[in-house]
Amino acid sequence: MASLNDIKGRINSTKNMKKITSAMEMVSTAKLNRAEQNAKSFVPYMEKIQEVVASIASGDSDANHPMLTSRDVKKTGYVVITADRGLAGAFNSNVLRELNNNLSKHKSKDEYIVIAIGKMAREFCRKRNMPVATEVVGIDDQPDFADIKELATETVNLFVNEEVDEIYMIYNHFESIISQKVTEKKLLPLTDLDSGNQKTSSSYEYEPNQEDILNVLLPQYAESLVYGAILDSKASEHAARMTAMKNATDNANDMIDDLSLTYNRLRQAAITQEISEIVGGASALE
Amino acid sequence: MKTVTVSVVTPDGPVLENAYEMVSCKAENGELGILPGHIPLVAPLTISSVRLKKEGDEDELAVSGGFLEVRPDNVTILAQSAEKPGDIDVERARKAKERAERRLQSKQDDIDFKRAQLALQRAVNRLDIAGTK
Repeated sequence: MASLNDIKGRINSTKNMKKITSAMEMVSTAKLNRAEQNAKSFVPYMEKIQEVVASIASGDSDANHPMLTSRDVKKTGYVVITADRGLAGAFNSNVLRELNNNLSKHKSKDEYIVIAIGKMAREFCRKRNMPVATEVVGIDDQPDFADIKELATETVNLFVNEEVDEIYMIYNHFESIISQKVTEKKLLPLTDLDSGNQKTSSSYEYEPNQEDILNVLLPQYAESLVYGAILDSKASEHAARMTAMKNATDNANDMIDDLSLTYNRLRQAAITQEISEIVGGASALE
Repeated sequence: MKTVTVSVVTPDGPVLENAYEMVSCKAENGELGILPGHIPLVAPLTISSVRLKKEGDEDELAVSGGFLEVRPDNVTILAQSAEKPGDIDVERARKAKERAERRLQSKQDDIDFKRAQLALQRAVNRLDIAGTK
């Protein structure tokens, strides 16, 4: 049986832990709000660029661009977005598991290459000696587009320079605060553009011409997809961490309750014993 | 005067939305002036300034990596970055300019050269626009 002091020690250390986890929960809540806002302010840009790209790409079907056409897949690129830190429940492991599932479909390491974003993805790939094209760690919690631009351009260039023939992004999609879903999204080639919304049957004039515009527009579009995925993943990360820390805090509370109960019982037992000893001693004197 | 609604949108959020009488900007093929009632048009913009005119006033924006979408009653400028003169970080632009110039002088392979050129253009553009205010 643990002594009174042991239990007291455990209560105190659990209380300290609870302080940390609840602080982390609050920090994550604040960051989640900002991340959600970022994701929201990105939406207009994304919608607009999507609309224009779709209307050009589906308007006249003689618009032919290497980024729009699928080619034989010899090598696949995977953009894996994880966090730099753990303590976010299954956030990182879900993504990495999905990556592993995908990679196991390939016969050899020459058939794929990984673009690792976040410390967790980097370590994962290093440990397994996977071929890595780029690795990025330490992305800000509120990334600007300028921070991501270089990475996005590099990723798109992998496809443009025909180093890879298709690129997938694997990341946590933010559905709600309590649910983040691992998503695998095809980044390139852009095949699912005409999503059937012909509401704006606008026939544009193109200056100078369609082809040149696609040359400028498509890389920008692909880059903004990468940026969007990172924003999405950041929001999910904070939500996941918030939930994980909330659970940890709740568990700590339960544990403290249990321990306090045991502590009080033991203390009461000790007092009762003391009293009965005194009473016993006194009655022996009479 | 008739006006046209201009909205400037970047990945970091909307920058500006307002009614203007005229938009003038620099597309890849040269200067473009857009008045209200223009036919639908899409054109990529160079790293340059966009000037928006209203009642004798003129607003200016530094854009890079952008393109212009015109409809008869509204104009949308989508850019990877767009800043008002007051929002430009002059110190940072100046440093970026120096860095780019250094890189251009030490001749390296092709891609770096191109990147440095673009960086220089962006920095010079920002400094120009910040200076005119």
